[in-house]
Amino acid sequence: MNAITKRPSALTEAQFHYCPGCGHSVVHRLTAEVIDELNIKDRAVVVAPVGCAVFADKYFDVDSIQGPHGRGPAIATGIKRAKPDSIVFSYQGDGDLASIGMAEIVHAAARGENITVIFINNTIYGMTGGQMAPTTLVGQVATTAPKGRNEKLQGNPINVSEMLAQLKSAKYIERVSSDSAPNIIKAKKAIKKAFQNQIDGLGFSFVEVLSICPTNWGTTPLKGLDFLREKMMAQYPLGVFKDVTAANKEGK
Amino acid sequence: MPKIEVNEARCKGCQLCTKACPKQCIEMSDTFSTTGYYPARLAKQDCCIGCGMCFQVCPDIAITVFR
Repeated sequence: MNAITKRPSALTEAQFHYCPGCGHSVVHRLTAEVIDELNIKDRAVVVAPVGCAVFADKYFDVDSIQGPHGRGPAIATGIKRAKPDSIVFSYQGDGDLASIGMAEIVHAAARGENITVIFINNTIYGMTGGQMAPTTLVGQVATTAPKGRNEKLQGNPINVSEMLAQLKSAKYIERVSSDSAPNIIKAKKAIKKAFQNQIDGLGFSFVEVLSICPTNWGTTPLKGLDFLREKMMAQYPLGVFKDVTAANKEGK
Repeated sequence: MPKIEVNEARCKGCQLCTKACPKQCIEMSDTFSTTGYYPARLAKQDCCIGCGMCFQVCPDIAITVFR
């Protein structure tokens, strides 16, 4: 009898500090498996965000840099331009990317930087204690919206993937989910494609992963999955929002 | 027969694997692990089919699947 599963070699042996059930851990594993499969461990560079994943450099056994809040895509731009052979990915949460880092992600996409961005959307600020994020759903309770997000006061959530898909220079935009084994396998395919695009020099690739945050939602991991499937997926439908990489590849 | 092994030191007792298992083979232990959680465990022998669903959903890579 042989083990058919193993810890990817692009992860260190460090125990994740994430809360029980957190989607970050799953996406870390998927990303590390992709790095292993594409054999890019020696030239991969992770740009860690500010947020729960700030210690990503402790877990990914690759070169790393931790940027100021929201500036991941700008740092990734610099690394990629200075060292074009490196495979650079910015790993960010929704508080980091969709709020203070909105300018950086939009302009990195608009410039069509040949980088990969992995965006974890759990509709709330995690590390700082459950404040309302730009992605928080209408009616969802947060510590800064104790009666739930009010459309008249705080407006509607931002669908980052749909927004970035409008930009001509963005090449590959997909939203996936980490709620079930089939969706996690699909998420891995999307992440792999986003890295392969960078290796092939095709341009800006962006994968948004819906994730649960049971601690800050005030629920259990299993009930969190129900919230993700019923409420989050209604606001954030899964799918490919843009993929012009096939056409670019043929033109090469 | 296929089986799983749970690394109790890594398991945080989130229970995601218990729902992901198509055969409902996994239950939570009733005793604390050294890290203070109730870890997952294989509930019955000859139940696991080695599909690896639990490995996919496990956030902490605490499960190894043997086949």
